[in-house]
Amino acid sequence: MSKQVEIRLTGSGGQGLILGGIIMAEAALLDGKNAIQSQSYGPEARGGASKAEVIISEHEIDFPKVEVPDLLLALTQVAAEKYADDIKSDGILLVDSSVSLPEGIVAGKIIQIPILQTAAEVIGKPMVANIIAIGAIQQILNIVSKESLESAVLNRVPKGTEELNRRALAEGYRLVEKY
Amino acid sequence: MSSQLINQYYRAEKLPHIWCPGCGHGIITRAVSQAIHNMGLDKDKVCIVSGIGCSSRAPGYMDFNTLHTTHGRALAFATGVKMARPELEVIVISGDGDAAAIGGNHLIHAARRNINITTIVFNNNIYGMTGGQYSPTTPTGDLATTAPFGNIDKSFDIANLAAAAGATYAARATAYHVPQLTKYIENGIKNKGFSLVEAISVCPTYYGRKNKKGTVVDQMNWLKDAAVDVKAAQKLTPEQMEGKFLIGEFKNVTEPEYTQEYQKILDRFKKER
Amino acid sequence: MMKKNNVKFMQGNEACVAGAIAAGMKFYAGYPITPSTEIAEVSAQLLPKVGGKFIQMEDEIAGMAAAIGGSLAGLKSMTATSGPGFSLKQENIGYAAIAEIPCVIVDVQRGGPSTGLPTAPSQGDIMQAKWGTHGDHPVIALSPSSVRETFDLTVRCFNLAEKYRTPVMLMLDEVVGHMREKIVIPDASEIEVIDRIKPEPGDSNYQPYKVKEGQIVPAMAAYGDGFRFHVTGLIHDESGFPSNSHEVADKLMTRLMKKVEDNLDDIIAFEENHIEDAEVVVLSYGGTARSAKSAMKKAREMGLKVGMFRPITIWPFPEKRVAEIAKNVKAIIVAEMNYGQLVLEVERVVKNAAPIYHVGKINGEVITPDEILAKIKEVL
Repeated sequence: MSKQVEIRLTGSGGQGLILGGIIMAEAALLDGKNAIQSQSYGPEARGGASKAEVIISEHEIDFPKVEVPDLLLALTQVAAEKYADDIKSDGILLVDSSVSLPEGIVAGKIIQIPILQTAAEVIGKPMVANIIAIGAIQQILNIVSKESLESAVLNRVPKGTEELNRRALAEGYRLVEKY
Repeated sequence: MSSQLINQYYRAEKLPHIWCPGCGHGIITRAVSQAIHNMGLDKDKVCIVSGIGCSSRAPGYMDFNTLHTTHGRALAFATGVKMARPELEVIVISGDGDAAAIGGNHLIHAARRNINITTIVFNNNIYGMTGGQYSPTTPTGDLATTAPFGNIDKSFDIANLAAAAGATYAARATAYHVPQLTKYIENGIKNKGFSLVEAISVCPTYYGRKNKKGTVVDQMNWLKDAAVDVKAAQKLTPEQMEGKFLIGEFKNVTEPEYTQEYQKILDRFKKER
Repeated sequence: MMKKNNVKFMQGNEACVAGAIAAGMKFYAGYPITPSTEIAEVSAQLLPKVGGKFIQMEDEIAGMAAAIGGSLAGLKSMTATSGPGFSLKQENIGYAAIAEIPCVIVDVQRGGPSTGLPTAPSQGDIMQAKWGTHGDHPVIALSPSSVRETFDLTVRCFNLAEKYRTPVMLMLDEVVGHMREKIVIPDASEIEVIDRIKPEPGDSNYQPYKVKEGQIVPAMAAYGDGFRFHVTGLIHDESGFPSNSHEVADKLMTRLMKKVEDNLDDIIAFEENHIEDAEVVVLSYGGTARSAKSAMKKAREMGLKVGMFRPITIWPFPEKRVAEIAKNVKAIIVAEMNYGQLVLEVERVVKNAAPIYHVGKINGEVITPDEILAKIKEVL
């Protein structure tokens, strides 16, 4: 990885996107890379369109905001409509299956997988959608090692939920295996 | 006795004070030092904090740790002092405008926290330092330079305001009822919590003159006649209470004190340190 | 490397508290306001663990007042806020200046005026830091560009406050306050901590505002130490008592201004990058300086001779150095998230030595490297 990778995670407030971004960044630090996580948020703590940004680089990161993302995750319809058209022409758009893609999206690759459904039905905990999502992002981009990602997840999740989150990560890897 | 108090508790070289002849503030300030004397407090462990106004000049004359702050903010500064050094006996001297107008928010919140600070409000019903404007305790209908046609504001009952906001000790006396005032200040300091003692003063220069209240002696006589003890008032009809005001102890209860409650949090972490 | 305890991934706001505690903060008084609230939250969490105290006051004014009270009673004190709260604190900041009470005020700048853009970054309080409180007064204000620097400069704010007995402001912006990045927390042994000078115990000649030979500021006793001194926001003499004398006023005011003015070399800090051969210098600070650095790198890749100057102390402004640089460049570009504030100071010190251009933004968005790059290309 020579260049900087910029990721934007979007969805609704309360989906744990900022935590997802922090975990990816901490995994990058464990790999000895640099990372910055920043966010923009509206005044509401829950609901609404929310985004978290992560930049991972082997070099010093100056500008801390994502300009145009290499990968954009959209977990909700509202987020997809608001953010999905802002992506590099060769970038990857990762969208939840519940979202009907807005027309005229230009991206290098569009991957649509059932993140929310897998969280709710396979794992049985809707709140692990963020962990499934970062598992999928790891599998797609390979910008952090799986070992570091797992350590970073386990450092941040509540005690007693480790197994649940490991399974969520594995589901994330699995969901994008065929892409 | 006065000269003894002056020798022991005043910065005599800073006297004479700035107050007008006949002002009630000197009497109230003396009562504060008398209460401190009666309690035998260590001068080094007393901190007197004030805001801005006539009353707020008092600490400058008093030989303790003294802090003359910004208008209305004495209680907020005092809260910082008390949090940092709970062993200090913190006393706030304030006026009616300072405590109940610009500093009203700090007053109700200090009371709500029940932090161990004793506040003495020198209430002269007027802004004296700026020349006689109406304050939150100027009676409705009275005159002031900013109420040339009569004050249309309603006035605050500061002692009961503090009591309602959570002060665990609230009392009122006057510049005429000195032994009572001194006792209330002592009781306020003894109370481990937020105490407020409202001391009704007289302002011959502005409030008294504007409202034709006569000489200082007339004004002191009015304090004597119009003040009714809260216990005696229970036997009086509303008609008999017309034109009178209440003095006495309105509230005296024990509740958890703020700095002690914080100390409990600190104690939880003591082992870790 | 994350295994090591001193490598953290944290927000600027969190690093501010870590720095404050490393510098010896023992009292925090404040009021919640976006985007500074994490500073209060983390202080509430951490202070009791180091024997310090936290209080959430009833308003911003009270937060400032209580911090001053805490400092007077001997504890290193801090408050943090954002735009509207910074406005409210100004009167008591002036009090701390005239009464010479060390304390640290953090302003995580957001879009203004008034409620403005509560969650968006800005650098619109830079002039307020200097002129916000009424009357002449000494000002020290620092602005960090990274999470690690936020830690370091918070320590420095406390040190400067203690050394010069004056309120010191840390001018964060939402960009740095809320971004998370890697920070290696230095070992306590690597951190210089300065404490206020205190009078000799039992010194019966103690004058709370008398500067002793060889010292910069008067020794500061704490309430309860046995000195029973008086502190006021009025003009006062060396004994601490109010005075109407013009001589006393002149002496006090001059001393207050000079304690910063005579020690500029000790206080002023800045960072330079590729200044030697630069034809254009971008002057920028805080979060925006990161965009400037990125723009400079892009410009250098294109073969453009661009350098960068970053004031770390906004006040006092590094005027001598900026005036020097101006003599050797074709242009200076000032980039800041406001309508043109520090650029006025740059214009004042540079005079006609070089043309000055401004890249500003007042819509709540950060200035991007490309926006600065465009201006570089325009002026070269």
